[in-house]
Amino acid sequence: MEQGLSQPLVAPSLSPAARRRQLREKVIAGLITLMAFTGIAALILIIIFVAKEALGLFLDAEARHEASLSKMFLAQDVPAGRPAFRWQPVSKVPKVSMIPLFVGTLKTTVVSMMVAVPLGVFGALFAAEFAPRRLRELLKPVIELLAGIPSVVLGFFALMVMSTVVKDVFHFDRPLNAMLAGLGLALAIVPVIFTVSEDALTAVPRSYREASLALGATPWETAWKVVLPAAAPGILAACVLGFGRAIGETMIVLMASGNADVISWSLGDSARSLSATIAAEMGEVVVGSPHYSLLFFIGVQLFLFTFVLNMLASSWTRRVVRKLTGGAA
Amino acid sequence: MKTFLGSIVAGLLLALPLAAQAGNVTVKGSDTMVILGQRWAEEFMKKTPGTKVQVTGGGSGVGLAALQNGTTEIAMSSREMKDAEKTKLRTRYNTTGVEIPVAKDGVTFYVSESNPVNALTVEQLRGIYVGDITNWKQVGGPDAPIIIYSRENSSGTYVFVKDHVLDGEDYVASAQTLPGTAAVVNAVAKEKNSIGYGGAAYAKGIKELKIKQGNEEVAPSAENIKTGKYPLSRDLYFYLRNKPSGEAKTFIDFALSPEGQAVVTKVGYFPVK
Repeated sequence: MEQGLSQPLVAPSLSPAARRRQLREKVIAGLITLMAFTGIAALILIIIFVAKEALGLFLDAEARHEASLSKMFLAQDVPAGRPAFRWQPVSKVPKVSMIPLFVGTLKTTVVSMMVAVPLGVFGALFAAEFAPRRLRELLKPVIELLAGIPSVVLGFFALMVMSTVVKDVFHFDRPLNAMLAGLGLALAIVPVIFTVSEDALTAVPRSYREASLALGATPWETAWKVVLPAAAPGILAACVLGFGRAIGETMIVLMASGNADVISWSLGDSARSLSATIAAEMGEVVVGSPHYSLLFFIGVQLFLFTFVLNMLASSWTRRVVRKLTGGAA
Repeated sequence: MKTFLGSIVAGLLLALPLAAQAGNVTVKGSDTMVILGQRWAEEFMKKTPGTKVQVTGGGSGVGLAALQNGTTEIAMSSREMKDAEKTKLRTRYNTTGVEIPVAKDGVTFYVSESNPVNALTVEQLRGIYVGDITNWKQVGGPDAPIIIYSRENSSGTYVFVKDHVLDGEDYVASAQTLPGTAAVVNAVAKEKNSIGYGGAAYAKGIKELKIKQGNEEVAPSAENIKTGKYPLSRDLYFYLRNKPSGEAKTFIDFALSPEGQAVVTKVGYFPVK
């Protein structure tokens, strides 16, 4: 060690071919870095753009009056005199409560996750642990193909086919409701959760399974108590990905939820979600008006939700990984 | 190879703005009017070869915004321009715009074909949409709750119904909103206790309600809408920044000619003249 320090560092002389290779490596590394930074810059610019458009809400006096924070989040006296939360930005007295939108988003998202998480995770567990090889090789590409179906098509399917079935099965008053939207969303999310979970499950080292079986555990115990916990971080990532898609998914909710700004926890009632509101209203809104800024503000909120959720999920994942590695790392 | 591809891409990029300008007319806006605009464009281009009329939808607001941004020559709108939009236009181009009614449309209320109710007064419609009337029994129908369909609050038709039927009052919270008249028609056709509204042109597979006025029941027919007897008729407009000239003028002249107005009838709307 000391010897190495005392001696002057001499760069080993390189052959011209090696030097060329080194140069090429540098150029390639530079290109990759450039691309990465372009991607990040594009993302940052998008965020800045959306935030800037939303900022009009706080800077413009007219907008501040029409859509102040208290008007967005607290009950307002609708002309009838009793406080209520309403979303009616196009009105003589604009009502811009975000609460019905939150409730609607939550309702549809929760329904879709309740259906999609068990289906996706157990489907993946079956494909990874129990399915015969031939079946698994068929199952995976087919489900990945399902992930590629455009959401408009799923929304259309929900609207045209599922609406009557869901209404009859659950005896709902109205054919378009939160339940239908949630089930439609689940169609879009199951493939996402399935494929990511399946990858996580198959990535669990063979030695875990072999050790478990050698100790006398049944295949089911192995799958449930060894493989599944070992793949937990990956499965959580799958669920977070699914949640992100569910909360941001627009077309299906727009077509199947009925979009009424009611506040109720009944799944038979219509729901109006944040994303569908943006999609439905952006088309005809006066550019630069308070209503326009309001829609961008909704976009910022959606971004914040997914951002916070991702943060929570990744910190949880890290904790699980630490537990699994026995706290040694 | 790379430079070859590059030059093609560069050439295309250069050609784009040129192609968009070469004596073309761009028409953009109301989804209610997009079929009409396209038919007009087809007929017009057939008659005057060499001209190009590009018609795209997106909604009245989109068309008017494009007019403010200078990305379209003609904006189609199913509603009058709002004050905020006029102000924008004035600050940017120092004009208040030119409004040209090009067709008429009757806003029609739909019910399911199995619904025995055939006609309602405007007051009854208001009662239903503001939430005072909640059961079909109250307006002479079967004992069943009314399922209300409405349009998105940014739609021109939503605003029209709010102004002319609800007297500016708010829709009841349980009114479900759907993107586009076609979706409303589809939903009403499938749900027997429902009511919805939209342009007369789309009304297929459902029953159009007549409007009761005194002892008379007025159907949203061509005659009644043209003469103004049907109380819920509205104009469909073209908006321009300045007085039309050149290609745009000949196109608008064609749209307003007897030939152009015959297209209006064929599409399902009603002529202005």
